[in-house]
Amino acid sequence: MTTTFPPTSVDPDRPAAFTGTHVPGEPGQIDAEGVCAWFSGRLVLESVDLVMEQSRVTALIGPSGCGKSTFLRILNRMHEVVPGAQLAGSVKLDGVDIYGPGQRAMETRRHIGMVFQKPNPFPAMTIAENVLAGLKFSRVSTPDKDGLIEESLAKAGLWNEVKDRLGELGGALSGGQQQRLCIARSLAVKPRVLLMDEPCSALDPTSTLRIEQTIKEIAGEVTVVIVTHNMQQAQRVSDHCAFFLAEENQPGRVIESGRTEKIFGEPSDQRTFDYVNGQFG
Amino acid sequence: MTTQTAPEGVLVTTTSASTQTPPTARPPEVQRGPDGGAGAGSGPSGPPTAPRPRRLPSPIRPSAFGAEDVFLLVASAFSALCLVWIVFYQLTSLSGGLGFLVAWYLTFLALTWLGTAQVIERQVATDRVVGVVVVSAALLVIGLVLFIVIWVAAKALPSIHWGSLFTKDQKNFQVADPNALGQVGVLHAIIGTVEQVLIAVAIGVPFAVATAIYLNEVKGFGSRTVRTVVTAMSGTPSVVAGIFIYSMLILTHVLNYSGFAASLALVVILLPSVTRVVEEVLRVVPSGLREASQALGAPEWRTVWSVVLPTARSGVVTAVLLGIARIVGETAPLLFTAFGSQVINWNPFSHDQGALPLVIWSDVRQAQPVLIELAFQAAFVLMSLVLILFVLARIFSRPRGRKGGGRRGDNRPAEDDLLARVFVPIPMEEPTDL
Repeated sequence: MTTTFPPTSVDPDRPAAFTGTHVPGEPGQIDAEGVCAWFSGRLVLESVDLVMEQSRVTALIGPSGCGKSTFLRILNRMHEVVPGAQLAGSVKLDGVDIYGPGQRAMETRRHIGMVFQKPNPFPAMTIAENVLAGLKFSRVSTPDKDGLIEESLAKAGLWNEVKDRLGELGGALSGGQQQRLCIARSLAVKPRVLLMDEPCSALDPTSTLRIEQTIKEIAGEVTVVIVTHNMQQAQRVSDHCAFFLAEENQPGRVIESGRTEKIFGEPSDQRTFDYVNGQFG
Repeated sequence: MTTQTAPEGVLVTTTSASTQTPPTARPPEVQRGPDGGAGAGSGPSGPPTAPRPRRLPSPIRPSAFGAEDVFLLVASAFSALCLVWIVFYQLTSLSGGLGFLVAWYLTFLALTWLGTAQVIERQVATDRVVGVVVVSAALLVIGLVLFIVIWVAAKALPSIHWGSLFTKDQKNFQVADPNALGQVGVLHAIIGTVEQVLIAVAIGVPFAVATAIYLNEVKGFGSRTVRTVVTAMSGTPSVVAGIFIYSMLILTHVLNYSGFAASLALVVILLPSVTRVVEEVLRVVPSGLREASQALGAPEWRTVWSVVLPTARSGVVTAVLLGIARIVGETAPLLFTAFGSQVINWNPFSHDQGALPLVIWSDVRQAQPVLIELAFQAAFVLMSLVLILFVLARIFSRPRGRKGGGRRGDNRPAEDDLLARVFVPIPMEEPTDL
């Protein structure tokens, strides 16, 4: 299954195009309906309904252990990698259920990329190879490798820092640069959605700011869903917010979701108010 | 009074208040600062001060091991020697060098503890005794290895005929010949050993790596059983591996005595040891890399082939090295598979073939001094062969693309030094940042 990259034309009928070969797309919209998750039979997440709008940044906030990261991993089928993990409900990317029959996890993950908490560039690959890793993995050939490397690194705000050392190993970069390299690596396969699992929690404030800039810059081209523990960060980067909470001996639920200004300014739920104002969590 | 200027490159001692402005732009009065001209000779009537270079204090290491500590150890060793000598040979009628050494070492530890406890304190004493035990264990191992190498070299080197050792086999050996060593060599054994080991590696390593991937990456059906079997297999006595091949393939006339049969027996020994080490190496690869690869849409085999194995590359090479080191000196499985030969046989697939361990095994028991000398020379060649293999593998396992330094290069400052690369152990890939 080798396709040229990028394809000459994008199928206008996107839901049908989603199955089968990889079509790089415009930003996608994710609708999660009634998502529940179990680990080894224990319910950790209960009936989450959430819409992550096209070209917007959605932040998932909430205290530790409330199921934000689990929910995020369900969105690109990384949840099922964990042994003993189960789920229910449906997740639709532009109307197509990614858990539907015939949908393959690998294919889904090419459309919905992910950046992890800990920067994890491939240590045995150079910076350039890291960027192209996704294409290599899915055996997609691209006519203009150098152009794609530059484009992806520039989008991730790393090009000027590494343009003279593309042949160095990815591990030679600083922590913040490594994380931006991981973002560039995810962007190189032209995903429709980019999931970010606390991408700044291992970084210093300067690198954090740099990554937040990057998120704002790429938001037009790709839908971003970000998990963060940092209230200020959620306020700075996100358009929409969803507040997750797991009360004692209860699975995690979405307490409130909506526009970021509303969640932080005039939340309708007392628990949201307490959390965003630092009363607990 | 002129303004004071500092010569280039000399740090001028100044008070903290005066560091705010450059010295050239400052009237002399200010120089006294708030603490009233503390600097010697900086008063308004005195001559302009010559700038004094800052004197740095000599660096110390607070926990350094000083002369006193060395003296304590030497004194403990000496008094232990005296004490044990008196008790061992004068008061009791014990004898034996080994017992004396053991008693001396234990007494030395006890005296070190007592002495340090008296001079410093008990916790330091315990710490130091443990340190002495660890260091002496390491020295013992290094000493043993050096002893073996030097002893074999000393036995072999004086009698070596370089012209014949690597060019001749043993078919021209004549007991009566005074120049017999010039007529014989171990070329037939070198050929045999190299061929047998290479075939065994070529067969065994892919299987071992695949098994390790199954155990650690696929974690498929029955992997615990497979792991148990592999562990049990690594305890197989090598002679049993030989008997197995002998009874299964040679007695049934599937194969004749040949180097290839020997290789198969060596595979039985190689497989479990390499599998275990590769599995350990793969386990150290951070799981974040596998997740990152999967999140990019890579299928499982891609993740293993393009991410996990390259990351663990130097560790896998080390595993192969350890495997070669394990089998290159095996003698027992070769006895009834390669069978040994006195003449050169280039073809490993037919007829009996020599091997260095077999030459050592058969020749060192002979009555002719020439053959005993030849056996030691074969031992020397075998050791050199292992060393050459190690050096080559270290060079080939060098991680590529290492030119900008950075984190991976940080703990290997002498990376470009060939000797350092050869002798510095290849570290297993550490988890990048936890």
